[in-house]
Amino acid sequence: MLRIAARIVCPAFKNVPTAARTRAFSSSRVAASHIASLDNFSEEEEMLRDAVKRFATDVVGPRVREMDEKEMMAPEVIKGLFEQGLMGVEISSDFGGAESSFTSAIIVIEELAKVDPSVSVLCDVHNTLVNTIFRKHATPEQQKKYLPQLAQSKLGSFCLSEAASGSDAFALQTRAEKKADHWLLNGSKMWITNSFEAEIFLVFATIDPSKGYKGITCFIVERDMGIKIAKKEQKLGIRASSTCSLDFDDVQVPLENIIGGEGLGYKLAIEILNEGRIGIAGQMLGLAQGAFDKSVPYTFQRKQFGKPVGEFQGMQFQQAEAAVQIEAARLLTYNAARRKEEGKSFVKEAAMAKYYSSVIAQKVSGAAIEWAGGVGFTRETGIEKYWRDSKIGAIYEGTSNIQLQTIAKFIQKEYS
Amino acid sequence: MRPSPVSLLRILVPVKRCVDYAIKIRVNPSGTGIDTNVKHSMNPFDEIAVEEAVRLRERRKDVVTNITAITIGPTKSTETLRTALAMGADSAIHVEIPDSLSPEPLGIAKALKALIEREKQKEQVDLVIMGKQAIDDDAGQTGQMLAGLLDWPQATYASKVVISEDQNSVNVTREVDGGAEEIKCRLPTVVTTDLRTIHSRLNEPRYASLPNIMKAKKKPIEKLSIEDLGVDLTPRLEILKFQEPPKRVGGGKVANVDELVAKLKEAGITAVSN
Repeated sequence: MLRIAARIVCPAFKNVPTAARTRAFSSSRVAASHIASLDNFSEEEEMLRDAVKRFATDVVGPRVREMDEKEMMAPEVIKGLFEQGLMGVEISSDFGGAESSFTSAIIVIEELAKVDPSVSVLCDVHNTLVNTIFRKHATPEQQKKYLPQLAQSKLGSFCLSEAASGSDAFALQTRAEKKADHWLLNGSKMWITNSFEAEIFLVFATIDPSKGYKGITCFIVERDMGIKIAKKEQKLGIRASSTCSLDFDDVQVPLENIIGGEGLGYKLAIEILNEGRIGIAGQMLGLAQGAFDKSVPYTFQRKQFGKPVGEFQGMQFQQAEAAVQIEAARLLTYNAARRKEEGKSFVKEAAMAKYYSSVIAQKVSGAAIEWAGGVGFTRETGIEKYWRDSKIGAIYEGTSNIQLQTIAKFIQKEYS
Repeated sequence: MRPSPVSLLRILVPVKRCVDYAIKIRVNPSGTGIDTNVKHSMNPFDEIAVEEAVRLRERRKDVVTNITAITIGPTKSTETLRTALAMGADSAIHVEIPDSLSPEPLGIAKALKALIEREKQKEQVDLVIMGKQAIDDDAGQTGQMLAGLLDWPQATYASKVVISEDQNSVNVTREVDGGAEEIKCRLPTVVTTDLRTIHSRLNEPRYASLPNIMKAKKKPIEKLSIEDLGVDLTPRLEILKFQEPPKRVGGGKVANVDELVAKLKEAGITAVSN
């Protein structure tokens, strides 16, 4: 306290001209490093963002309400995603992909989510889970066969969860028995995204239950091998994204359709889910931004008591708080993405990004409804949809509790 | 005279970087112009021009050899060229000018003329396709001035462009007040594209797909300065005042037709006698 008082009184400090003070401050920063701020994107990434924004607004936008009401993804949307090269973001151009960065994939996911989180998750699962497993773990023959299909025409699906194994994923029971010239798959999967429209399925099954998680293996199963859609779920949110239970009744899978090796499916799944988390963070981020962008302009048009409701301080504070939360989620998400690109450890950051983005997505979309009042509550404007869609963020690809547990493990390792 | 029988055509597409069409325009704080600290993108009419050039090539692959996009603008205009490349242009030319310079249509037309004459040594330009106007100044003059300076035919407000079989002319359908007019222009020609081509479903600018954006990275952009072209872009017009339109005031309600006529007469609007 005394020191502060002294400084105010101190003549020497008062007499230093402001320009000199600022110059001294800024030149020391320049000398330090040329590391860019966190929200830096390459020219291609910016162009991609613009292109996806337009596609989302023009092609997806007009169909959002109908897809939600009918709980069905419009085929034109899926076709459009393939045509724009958005389903093979990281796939090599040799296989017909766009050969872009992981951050580019996150940008695509974010921009799609601003318009429709259902479309975003379809693209996310396909790119960050299915495509990445093929890119990183498939044999050259498998890559040659499947990557062009995944990049250009066939939707993929990732089948891990079962009725009795969600968070405890590796307690799965779907069984794969080795026969003379094929694997025989039996069991069922639950909560599988994209399954209604997908043609290529990555199915996790155990080849030897006695080995516990070391028996889990990843199989490439094509739809026409006999996968049955047992039930399509009716959900609270992301209704246009198909979520189904699948039955495998003596499904015969070629012997060469194993990815990553026998008994190595566990490791593969863990790795891929860590990356997928950043994708969901991107989806939730886009969702929050989309809800914000839809509701805030309305608050400057709607007048009550003689002025736009957005000019009341109470509203302003709420909007400012939401903006801070979105910015924080953005930085968490893109920093995790860049860390992964740079080969740095990113598991903790990915968990933080997914956890935080899903939490603020709920908060911001909920506030967005209230800002728009009665109009926000009706389905017509599409604001309430974001709130319904946001709930799943805290549940899939690792529940919030699982994320917190992951982060806590890092803390414990560091501090104990 | 053109070498026969196969004469391959080179298309030049001038594009302009403007304030994005969706942005709400505001006068800047100093009152000297509009607030340009906002999102910019390619002039929508120029997008149609790029799209038309790409479609002409898709329809006649054997005829169109090269589509070059060109812009005369500040450093940031490179983004606009990249968009054109991502949409299908083969190469691009960037004539860089300072940020502070706002070129006028005549200046641009002179620069384009100088460039076209310069290009004659390498590969001559046969067809210039550009937007009919830019959405920032709505001048709608550059294409016509360019044709005049080059002494080339011009086909403005085009809604349909067809290259003739012998590749010596283009048939252009133009949108005019009375309807549509079809004209035949000998090449080389300047064509300016109208919005109508979208509504008649002949032209809807493609979204730059991700693979094309990545391919665009490898396409060449030639950099030139305005001095290389020997053109002076100093503005000849001086902006005296810049202001927002007056705020709309509410109208009044009238009870019947007689009252309406009386109010119109009051406002000085009288009937025109036959």
